[in-house]
Amino acid sequence: MYAQMIKSEASTEDPKQLKEFQAKIDDNIKVEPRDWMPEGYRKTLIRQIGQHAHSEIVGQLPEGNWITRAPTLERKMILLAKVQDEAGHGLYLYAAAETLGVSRDDLTEQLLSGKMKYSSIFNYPTLNWADIGAVGWLVDGAAIMNQVPLQRTSYGPYSRAMIRICKEESFHQRQGYDIMMKMAQGTETQKKMAQDALNRLWYPSLMMFGPSDAESVHSTQNMAWKIKMNTNDELRQKFVDQTVPQAQYLGLTIPDENLTWNEEKGGYDYSDPDWSEFFDVLKGNGPCNVDRLEARNKAWDDGAWVRDGLMAHAEKKRAAKTAAE
Amino acid sequence: MSKEWPLWEIFIRGQHGLSHRHVGSLHAPNAEMAIKNARDVYTRRNEGVSIWVVEANNISASSPSEKGPLYEPSESKIYRHPTFFDIPDEVGHM
Ligand SMILES: [Fe+2]
Ligand SMILES: [Fe+2]
Repeated sequence: MYAQMIKSEASTEDPKQLKEFQAKIDDNIKVEPRDWMPEGYRKTLIRQIGQHAHSEIVGQLPEGNWITRAPTLERKMILLAKVQDEAGHGLYLYAAAETLGVSRDDLTEQLLSGKMKYSSIFNYPTLNWADIGAVGWLVDGAAIMNQVPLQRTSYGPYSRAMIRICKEESFHQRQGYDIMMKMAQGTETQKKMAQDALNRLWYPSLMMFGPSDAESVHSTQNMAWKIKMNTNDELRQKFVDQTVPQAQYLGLTIPDENLTWNEEKGGYDYSDPDWSEFFDVLKGNGPCNVDRLEARNKAWDDGAWVRDGLMAHAEKKRAAKTAAE
Repeated sequence: MSKEWPLWEIFIRGQHGLSHRHVGSLHAPNAEMAIKNARDVYTRRNEGVSIWVVEANNISASSPSEKGPLYEPSESKIYRHPTFFDIPDEVGHM
């Protein structure tokens, strides 16, 4: 997902306190920043919310790539608004992480140095306009699958950030599907482009949910803490079931020969993505890993004089005001 | 490493007649920029008619461990609620 493979931290606190904490979570009482919490809970959340925030920010790059080349002024304005929303999502999430005692610059530095990850999906390129449709439809679609249940997560600031994000997110998926509809109903060439985008982005989208974690201790702990609400396979299944009819409506084919309706489970059987590719991308070997980190580092470095200048100006004004008083 | 911009808490009046409500936070060098950024981040879909920004370190908060002593006194004073009193039906709406 936007946060993939989050390892949970062990807790070493007093068992009685841990039990009370768990009881509170079981009762659906939100944990707020100044409440007592196990160190493991705090650290795991920083990692998860931080990775989620980084994904929103890096996720602007593949789409930002097409803002200047959108086919019409209206599409350009829509895409600009969508990408701007993602910047906001990053901000809400960074702010939620900061309430856990990590600084914003700290998180940024960990992204820039490659110490913290962002979602594997953003290491794939957007080669043509149809990809922008497919990203909104599939990538935002997959993100929504994961984010809707997270609105009920146990950590108050994270939950509130997710609620805000979900309100804005369905516009993203719809604008993507709208592009796909136009392309799929367009000329032969446009239809081919739409199919090609689906072919390339289908498996990377399935990878967003991460490998099966039904047996994982980290996943079990994170679900008990309600910072993860469903297993990766549950969400992936939901995503496939939701997306197949949408592809059918477009007249496009999901690139999976094994895709069949399974009456018994009430869902589709589908092929797993190539997990070795997934791990390779996480290691930094995806098609765009280097580009993405370079772009973020460049933006950060090039913006330094602006951040410093505005801060110096604000301090000067403050000093002048104090002197006048 | 340069200095991080301070953190501001953002409060927005959603509609005329409502109070300002906390909506989130952001970093900005000063109040003026905090308001501009809050406009861009928190009112992109007509969510507000007025914005307050407060530097986060200027906020004093009650401590979670005081929950008991702070709120217990009101828990025992149930007569502060109108439902404490039985008013006969004949009296009509009160
Ligand atoms: Fe987002
Ligand atoms: Fe989105």
